[in-house]
Amino acid sequence: MTDAKLERIVATVLRTGVSVTGAVVLVGGIYYVIRHGGEAADYHTFVAQATEDRSLRRVLAGVVALRARSLIQLGVLLLIATPILRVAVALVGFALEKDRQYVVIAAIVLAILLYSLVT
Amino acid sequence: MNVAEFVPIVFAASFAAGFLGSLTGLGGGVIVTPVLTLFLGVDLRYAIGASLISVIATSSGAAAAYVRDGYSNIRIGMFLEIATTIGALCGAFLGTHVPVSALSIVFGLILLQAAWQSMREHQGTHAALLPDPLGNRLRLNGSYSDNGVEQSYEVRRVKLGFGLMFGAGTISGLLGIGSGSLKVIALDQAMQVPFKVSTATSNFMIGVTAAASASVYLSRGYVNPGIAMPVLLGVLAGSMLGAKFLAHLPVILLRRVFAGVVGVIAIQMIAAGFGAKL
Repeated sequence: MTDAKLERIVATVLRTGVSVTGAVVLVGGIYYVIRHGGEAADYHTFVAQATEDRSLRRVLAGVVALRARSLIQLGVLLLIATPILRVAVALVGFALEKDRQYVVIAAIVLAILLYSLVT
Repeated sequence: MNVAEFVPIVFAASFAAGFLGSLTGLGGGVIVTPVLTLFLGVDLRYAIGASLISVIATSSGAAAAYVRDGYSNIRIGMFLEIATTIGALCGAFLGTHVPVSALSIVFGLILLQAAWQSMREHQGTHAALLPDPLGNRLRLNGSYSDNGVEQSYEVRRVKLGFGLMFGAGTISGLLGIGSGSLKVIALDQAMQVPFKVSTATSNFMIGVTAAASASVYLSRGYVNPGIAMPVLLGVLAGSMLGAKFLAHLPVILLRRVFAGVVGVIAIQMIAAGFGAKL
């Protein structure tokens, strides 16, 4: 494992994450516009999103039920997951390079990220 | 306005945001937020959710190309992410004890000064500062290919850069912004990393900072799929296009665009501090 190879792998992770995210949101978006295109786009007052749109479990349930907005939220969750996955993949790459210093650095970053996700 | 009209307008603004954000390392919130709140009358809380999505999408959309071409330095990014993520956690804890409006004004004034600084080239100072031995020990030095010419660089003042990144993270946590501006400034002005490497490495880092806060805002119900969809698609397309341009644009032009956008962010922050929602 060399730095150049690690860069290629990280680039591939990012490109794959972005492509999958884009495809999911595009399909969900087309479906959403077909179903709701004529409705008023009124976002003047804030109403917290329905619980269907706020957790991974409920979003997945919505996707199974072919709900357009759940498909978009699934894309958003994939978008959020991509940078975190990128840190995890770099950690494995540094381990394969036997670069202990950066294994520790990446592990700290990943730990803080995961901590902020659960709190 | 109905959904079929709202979606293309937001898509177009987000495309521009992704394009500018990927070239300057600033993310796309600077354009997405005012377009949503000022022109389309969207509630600020929905705009915060959309802005975080635009930051992550800009970062990931452009980073694949930047990492491949060596513009984003993975080691600098990873090392400094310790400072930004810890800073963001501290900011989130401090949140309720800090007068956020006063902080916005101070931050805005700092950015105005930084925008002015970044307009002036600082080639003279490069010779005056010696490469930091810490940069060597942490393997932060690197090289990138600019229009086919291999350029190598050595970092300076690693501790100062790390400290500024901690500040950038804290500001992100407190104000709910990506703070790419402070990241570029820390890389460019403190650590004296080449400008294109500074913006591309900041761009690489902001996705990680924003991902942590985005999940919090999603669970609070700030992410509306009807707004998120055109923002995400527009920003992704714009940032992928922007990434193709970085190699071909002269640094002096990039610096000017950066200074202009940072100036706009500074005015937004100062106005927000006085209670106006831009």
